[in-house]
Amino acid sequence: MTTNVIGNPLPRVDGRAKVTGAARYAADFNQGGQAYAVIVGATVGLGRVTGIETAPVEKMPGVVAVITHRNAPRLPYAPHKSYIDPATGERLHVLQDDQVRFYGQPVAIVVADTLDQAERAAAALRVSYTAERPLVDPADPKARPVVPEAGKQPDARLPADTARGNADSALADAPVKVDAIYEIARENHNPMEPHATVAAWNGNRLTLWSKSQFVVNEQAEIAAVFGLPPENVQVICPFIGGAFGTSLRTWPHVTLAAMAARQVERPVKLVLTRKQMFFMTGHRPRTLQRMALGATADGKLTSIVHEGTGETSRYEEFMEALTSVTTFLYSTPNVRTRYRLLPLDIGTPNHMRGPGEASGVFALECAVDELSYKLGIDPIDLRRRNEPAIDEGENKPFSSRSLMKCHDLAAERFGWSRRLPVPRSMRDGRLLVGMGMASASYPAFHAPANARARLLPDGTAEVEVAASDMGPGTYTSMTQVAAETLGLPVERVRLSLGRSDYPPAPSHGGSWTMASVGSAIRAACMAVQEEAARRPQDGRPVEATASAQRDPDVAARFSMHSFGAVFAEVAVDPDVGTIRLRRAVGAYGIGRVVNPRLARSQCIGGMIGGIGMALMERTVLDPRDGRPVNAHMADYLLPVNLDIPQLEAHFVEEIDPHVNALGVKGLGEIALVGMAPAIANAVFHATGKRVRSLPIRIEDVLSV
Amino acid sequence: MLPFTLEKVTSVQAAIAAASSGRRFIAGGTTLIDLMREEVEQPAHLVDINTLPLSEIRIEGSDLVIGALARMADVAAHSDVQRLHPLVAESLIEGASPQLRNMASIGGNLLQRVRCPYFRMHDAPCNKRTPNSGCAAIEGLNAGHAILGTSDHCVATHPSDVAVALVALDATMQVRGPRGERSFPVEELFRLPGDTPHLEHTLLPGELILAVRVPGGPSSRRARYLKVRDRASYEFALVSAAAALDVEDGVIRQARLAVGGVGTRPWRLRMVEKALIGKAPDRKIFETAARLALEGARPLSGNHYKLELLPRTIVRAFEMTGEAA
Repeated sequence: MTTNVIGNPLPRVDGRAKVTGAARYAADFNQGGQAYAVIVGATVGLGRVTGIETAPVEKMPGVVAVITHRNAPRLPYAPHKSYIDPATGERLHVLQDDQVRFYGQPVAIVVADTLDQAERAAAALRVSYTAERPLVDPADPKARPVVPEAGKQPDARLPADTARGNADSALADAPVKVDAIYEIARENHNPMEPHATVAAWNGNRLTLWSKSQFVVNEQAEIAAVFGLPPENVQVICPFIGGAFGTSLRTWPHVTLAAMAARQVERPVKLVLTRKQMFFMTGHRPRTLQRMALGATADGKLTSIVHEGTGETSRYEEFMEALTSVTTFLYSTPNVRTRYRLLPLDIGTPNHMRGPGEASGVFALECAVDELSYKLGIDPIDLRRRNEPAIDEGENKPFSSRSLMKCHDLAAERFGWSRRLPVPRSMRDGRLLVGMGMASASYPAFHAPANARARLLPDGTAEVEVAASDMGPGTYTSMTQVAAETLGLPVERVRLSLGRSDYPPAPSHGGSWTMASVGSAIRAACMAVQEEAARRPQDGRPVEATASAQRDPDVAARFSMHSFGAVFAEVAVDPDVGTIRLRRAVGAYGIGRVVNPRLARSQCIGGMIGGIGMALMERTVLDPRDGRPVNAHMADYLLPVNLDIPQLEAHFVEEIDPHVNALGVKGLGEIALVGMAPAIANAVFHATGKRVRSLPIRIEDVLSV
Repeated sequence: MLPFTLEKVTSVQAAIAAASSGRRFIAGGTTLIDLMREEVEQPAHLVDINTLPLSEIRIEGSDLVIGALARMADVAAHSDVQRLHPLVAESLIEGASPQLRNMASIGGNLLQRVRCPYFRMHDAPCNKRTPNSGCAAIEGLNAGHAILGTSDHCVATHPSDVAVALVALDATMQVRGPRGERSFPVEELFRLPGDTPHLEHTLLPGELILAVRVPGGPSSRRARYLKVRDRASYEFALVSAAAALDVEDGVIRQARLAVGGVGTRPWRLRMVEKALIGKAPDRKIFETAARLALEGARPLSGNHYKLELLPRTIVRAFEMTGEAA
């Protein structure tokens, strides 16, 4: 029996639990007798702790412990790295020495009977320092770029340098050139749900109810930090209130919560403040990119030079895919990419939705737009003239590629044909109107994953996997996969996520959850049906666990990526410079769409992230001490409802038989990629002024 | 948040008596609670005045009288306010998100504290928060700060939008204290920072704002509020302008202009007003007059753009007075 639930626009199976408050997030798991912990962060950007006046604070009402580097247990910090941790460097060892490496780094943790008491005690704790001026400005001449260690290997996933042909001489010889510098500000993830951990020890066993996009890695990381066997650590996180990558890594506050709970021999709850989320839990690194394009007069690309630098901390080399898309998005015989890191006195950055691709594609797609004006060729037409037959970087065919189909569909829905090509030629009343577009791309990743399926005598099924749902609708879409595979109605399938003792899953990020976990669930459901067929029907539950991974031979044969096209219309007030997005249309080729309602919702969310990146989001550091000056939701601008106009997301029909058995390529990240350059290109079309640094603000277009 | 006592009062006299002994009033609490949570404000005793009969909005002769406890949302939605003083309604709607407008009172709005980020950071110097500790913004990140009325001790802008409109319209405050009632222009409520930036207003100890009185006049209906900012809502002004014109027979009889986001208090620009009188309203005239706004302006490292944006905002606001809201 086939129920055909894949492809149905099913509403969220967990929607009711979420809107009624029944869904429990990390901080909801209050434990009997728990104490509350508050982190005290360094108020200098670089230096050493010279004194901590703990005695008066220890006497304050309700205070049960003040833990500093002086009395904290020396933790084993056994080596442990996952693929979501930087390959080079060592994670921050918290409260293990007197060094301050960045502003806000934890220097103490105060534990008290109530949150109020802990907050007051933390505010009262006096800490003295010797301080030096930190280096936090990437433009500071003292900042020296380094070659990322992990990018030096010839088979590196993110190579520091790549080249084909001779890009520099081809650029020099090109009749038409664009050569420009693009900058993107530091961004913070700012999900609604703050990071939170409730930690409880039972002898040598630790349970963490902790916000995590990767519970099995949180288990492994905390086990390594405390020198425990991994099976002694259980991480539970059934729901996540948005994350965008900030909860991929296990940050030091999880260690602090566990450390405090062990010290006070009670469960401890620790919730980060909004302000702390601006320096303790990663950020999209500031980037500086040179993008140079060479082309013939008829718009054939002859060269691309892409040199990008991203900031990182002094103690870890965070790398992202800044230059990757440049090697395959367009056809050209000569490409050179260079990726460098700039170590600064900041906390280590981390992945933020569309990590690397969003930033790199901004530079590439703005430069291609600039080239289109130089050549006098329509921007879509220019892309069509450079559409490659294969991935020329890998020298492999694409498993599927619908980029031009996406452009054609989005252009039609957007009404691109109404655009007048000359900048500053379109008006609506006194407003300058601009239309811009960009391509988008993100890899169709796949990681090994496991799942367990159980058929119960009452005709229902249970599926368990240690994956997460940070909001895209994983509970719903995975239930659809299981229901379709088992031939059951959706109501008879119960999916459980977010426990580290479930069959292990990869990190919930990288747009690979449906491909990886969906394939594992499909495999487990098929396995349990085989098992049921084999066994006599004795009224007992039937269970099977299975794993799935991409066939390495297929992976070696094809280049696998999602592609998309984003179109935006802006209105710029020529007097006072206000920039308003009026509408945007995205079209995406992402393989099979498991749930069109959720896919659209996920796309709109990603597009809004891109709108923030284009026009609002930036974390500003005070160069004197490295403090984020706008670490507040009133001062770090994110789009509000009034900033978001009509957004459309469309999916082109795409059948990819190679990526995985489900034929899905992933959607979460690509929805953000391409939005920022489409808007920047629209701002240029509206005003005739090219702004190459994000976010684009009023002061950038005032001089038009 | 430090512990505090909360006392409810049911009469104006009781409120004044309580405040005379050093207690602080709390109305909507949209600023105060926020700052208490961050321990920037540390009052030990609060007097809840929300039940006092001070939320009436009424017309007296040609004046609009707004009770000090009238909520921003109610004032903005009031038909007399919309009809007689669209500038007030527009500045309130632009002034805060709907959630804040539902809670915040008019009196509290005028007394809100500044948005300078360093004011909220205990580990940074701020003369407003801790007198004589220094100003982190002058040499720091100051793109949002003032260019008019600054001192070497403070450069924070006054954040209220409706205050800008009220100053433009020559509104007055009615206050009562231990020594009785008095009235004075809203403009005189706000002090310049000088070398005492921690002193922000001219209310005497124990004084309670009763009402704000907005005089009617020929220009009040041809008046607009333009707030320029990087997002469409829930952001303070980079620059704002409250502009009103009385045009008769094609000639400007009266002009009113106050600006926000650029001054350490709501900034009336009488020189610009004067330059418009007797002229025919057109863009050239507005542009010439708007340049006078920059007299005495002192830009900081991060806010030179306001020198450009301020006159443009003024010109546009005067143009808008001829357009429907």
